[in-house]
Amino acid sequence: MLAVRDLTICVGPAAKAVDIVSAVTFSIDKGEVLGLVGESGSGKSLTSLAIMGLLPTPGPRVRAGRIELDGSDVTALQPWQRVEAGAGRLAMIFQEPMTSLNPVLRIGDQIEEAVRVHDGTSGRLARERVRELLDMVRIPDAAVQLAAFPHQLSGGMRQRVMIAIALACRPQVLIADEPTTALDVTIQVQILGLLRELCDRLDMAMLFITHDLGVIAQLVDRVAVMYGGRVVEAADVGELFGAPSHHYTRALMDCMPAPSRQRRLRPIPGQAPRPGTITAGCVFAPRCVAARDVCREALPPQIRISERHEALCAFPLGSGRSP
Amino acid sequence: MSQQDFLELRDLRTAFDVTRFGRRLRLQAVDGVSLSLDEGEVLGIVGESGCGKTTVGRSIIRLAPAQGGSVVFKGIDVLAARAASLRELRLRIRMVFQDPYASLNPRRSIGDSVAEAGDINGTFPSRADRTGRIAETLSSVGLDPSYADRYPHELSGGQRQRVGIARAILPAPEVIIADEPVSALDVSVQAQVLNLMMDLREQLKLSMLFISHDISVIGQISDRVAVMYMGRVVELDATRAVLDSPVHPYTRALMNAVPKPDPSRRIAGAIELGEPPSQFDRPVGCAYRPRCPLASGRCATEAPELRPVGQHGRRVACHNV
Amino acid sequence: MNGRGTALLLAPFTARPIAMIGLSVLLAMVVAALFAPLLAPYDPYALDPAIRLTPPNALHWFGTDQYGRDTLSRAIYSARMALLIGAGVVSFAMATGVPIGVLSALFPRLGHVLMRAVDVLMAFPSLLLALGLIVILGPSVANSIIAIGAAYLTTTSRIIYGLTLRLRAETYVEAARSMGARTPWLITRHILPNLVSPLLVQASFVFAFAQLGAASLDFLGLGASPDIPSWGNMLAESRTFITRAPWLLFFPGMMIVLTAFSLNLVGDALRDRLDPRFREMFGGEG
Repeated sequence: MLAVRDLTICVGPAAKAVDIVSAVTFSIDKGEVLGLVGESGSGKSLTSLAIMGLLPTPGPRVRAGRIELDGSDVTALQPWQRVEAGAGRLAMIFQEPMTSLNPVLRIGDQIEEAVRVHDGTSGRLARERVRELLDMVRIPDAAVQLAAFPHQLSGGMRQRVMIAIALACRPQVLIADEPTTALDVTIQVQILGLLRELCDRLDMAMLFITHDLGVIAQLVDRVAVMYGGRVVEAADVGELFGAPSHHYTRALMDCMPAPSRQRRLRPIPGQAPRPGTITAGCVFAPRCVAARDVCREALPPQIRISERHEALCAFPLGSGRSP
Repeated sequence: MSQQDFLELRDLRTAFDVTRFGRRLRLQAVDGVSLSLDEGEVLGIVGESGCGKTTVGRSIIRLAPAQGGSVVFKGIDVLAARAASLRELRLRIRMVFQDPYASLNPRRSIGDSVAEAGDINGTFPSRADRTGRIAETLSSVGLDPSYADRYPHELSGGQRQRVGIARAILPAPEVIIADEPVSALDVSVQAQVLNLMMDLREQLKLSMLFISHDISVIGQISDRVAVMYMGRVVELDATRAVLDSPVHPYTRALMNAVPKPDPSRRIAGAIELGEPPSQFDRPVGCAYRPRCPLASGRCATEAPELRPVGQHGRRVACHNV
Repeated sequence: MNGRGTALLLAPFTARPIAMIGLSVLLAMVVAALFAPLLAPYDPYALDPAIRLTPPNALHWFGTDQYGRDTLSRAIYSARMALLIGAGVVSFAMATGVPIGVLSALFPRLGHVLMRAVDVLMAFPSLLLALGLIVILGPSVANSIIAIGAAYLTTTSRIIYGLTLRLRAETYVEAARSMGARTPWLITRHILPNLVSPLLVQASFVFAFAQLGAASLDFLGLGASPDIPSWGNMLAESRTFITRAPWLLFFPGMMIVLTAFSLNLVGDALRDRLDPRFREMFGGEG
């Protein structure tokens, strides 16, 4: 349904452009949830904006690669051009519902606006659809909530409204950029459950972006781990947690605090590279405990660990190729 | 006996008057919290937004106005302290703030920010002493002493947070109140800073009040934990005990909701746990009642007190456990 | 501020040519003011009725006025008055506006009273306010500074009030309070240093408006006494001769426009640079 191939995003004046996202490749089928996990500066948000066609101009831009939505190439198309071209339907929800919702319009009006744009209906038909959407996202007391303003709702409710607006266009692919990061844990679990249910029910593909490995484990089918603008590992979720192959993935899992853990954590030494830092070899090599000279000199190869598991590493864990 | 008297909060109450939607409303952020911090221990306070955990911390160092109850530190009445004794207390009880980007003055050098407590209170006998102690403190938080001449915008989030910690330990305090000190950091950097805090606690013999919404972080660093909801403590015990076998229905919901990095135990579908009520509209009786699977008639009229449950030191505020 | 800060301050001008022009014009004005005796070809007070009202020529590039005084020399010497008034008004506005703004923000009850007083002053259009004050105080250069300064102390104190309110709520100010800092410390170490940039921008705009205000007062005969060279005075005197000697109007008028315009360009460049710089400095990490 959504296929991204070798997506490369650069920034800066033409002569001195620097790549901040390089050769990102993944695909998501109908009803499947792909988790894009990475820390800040990894390029995950930019990737999602590029897929939506929302990269700010002037600013970062797609330099190479393809984005295919339901079979059509939408790489160079702006959002309205995609609609005209009849390309697949894509919707996005963001981290901060307070800034994505218009503070001076009522919730009902904002959802209705989305319905009118996409369905072309108005009046009673539009309002019925709004009710339907509110039910889908399980907002209780629809009549009351319709008249509410964003600031009168809690964070969790606002996020549900955002999801309702996103669903108005009957999307085939939903991109969720850290939608629960700003929410309390008990609210988060409800929103995640809702999203999973919606994907299953509507056969919707979802790209879920987060930095939280716990959320990844609970929600997604497949994972792509990003670091320094590249996908360093991609696998089905069970296999990723059971047998992580890239050293960054392993290090990330090891440094998470957990109640059952030993007293001292094992942090990753150093810090993540600023986006656009140019390195000769593997982008993780400066912080990798298993790095060898060759890692610092040449870009690592994409190794196929198993049928649905790949890692961008010369000496992946557990593959028998020991450093 | 003396253990009990290190830092003791009794029935602390803090409220704010706010103007919301054109009306003047009273927000009871802390609604009768009693806690004790033993010397050398790390007490974690965990809860979600609006539970009052941050306000508890701020009330202790008098950044928020407590209206009722008491805070006693080694026999000194903190809430009543004025002028000189208040300043002295503020050297001994220090705070580490959440946002590394907002907690440092962009116009002041790192060295000046780190030495600020000392400068305010005239702690340094000479310029040389000051420079030396700044260098020493920066090293102890893992930063090169040359950072003293740099400015915040040259540092990453993790480094800035280290500066915030350095500022809180020069001169060495007795108690540190850490208000979500790692919440704004990436996971890999969180680990570095948590390790640092654990090390400093050993080296400087600190006692800590560690406030966080992140159960895993609390589980990692604290000896005991207090779970807060809507301004009250609902469960209190050794961290291991609470995390392994939570008793209060809210704590249980919280534990269940934390996403575990184990794909074999997943959420089945949409769960409905309800939402916390508005802070201006507290339910009478137990604040958790509207969402609680164990709610009974008594819960609607009588707010439960924190009382011992079972044999092993667990305290829970619930009528039905 | 440190030396590195100064270098950063010049950056917005090198990046933008038009701002560079503005800065150059200002520098030229400062040079003219400082070195007037060396630069002016004639004594600005020297009367020479024989050559009165001659149009611009090789000997007198800006022509002469009704007393035979060289217009160019008078224009150059006027730069002194312009600089004096500008600096005076800016200093007065800052010296009064900053304390009013800062104290009003930090002490709400005092603030209510002070801000209402400022409101009263702001109710008057700035020129009328200046005129009114001059009438009360009597025309002179010093009183012009106070009269014009009064109008700008209002906007300055308003801006500073808003900024201080915001600064007071910053986490680093709270952190200082949590360590025992009292208000004087907060003001000197945290609030004032963070007001420097906005004040610089405000200063450049006030300097510009001060020129216009001073020129107006002088023109009405309520500012500097008529024999002192200032662009406003020169304009006033040129009124009677507009048709016969338009250069008497043109050159001082152009100087006023140029100065005010250049100051605005400089202020714009400073403002554009000093705000986004902070955003750049914080790296925009996601």
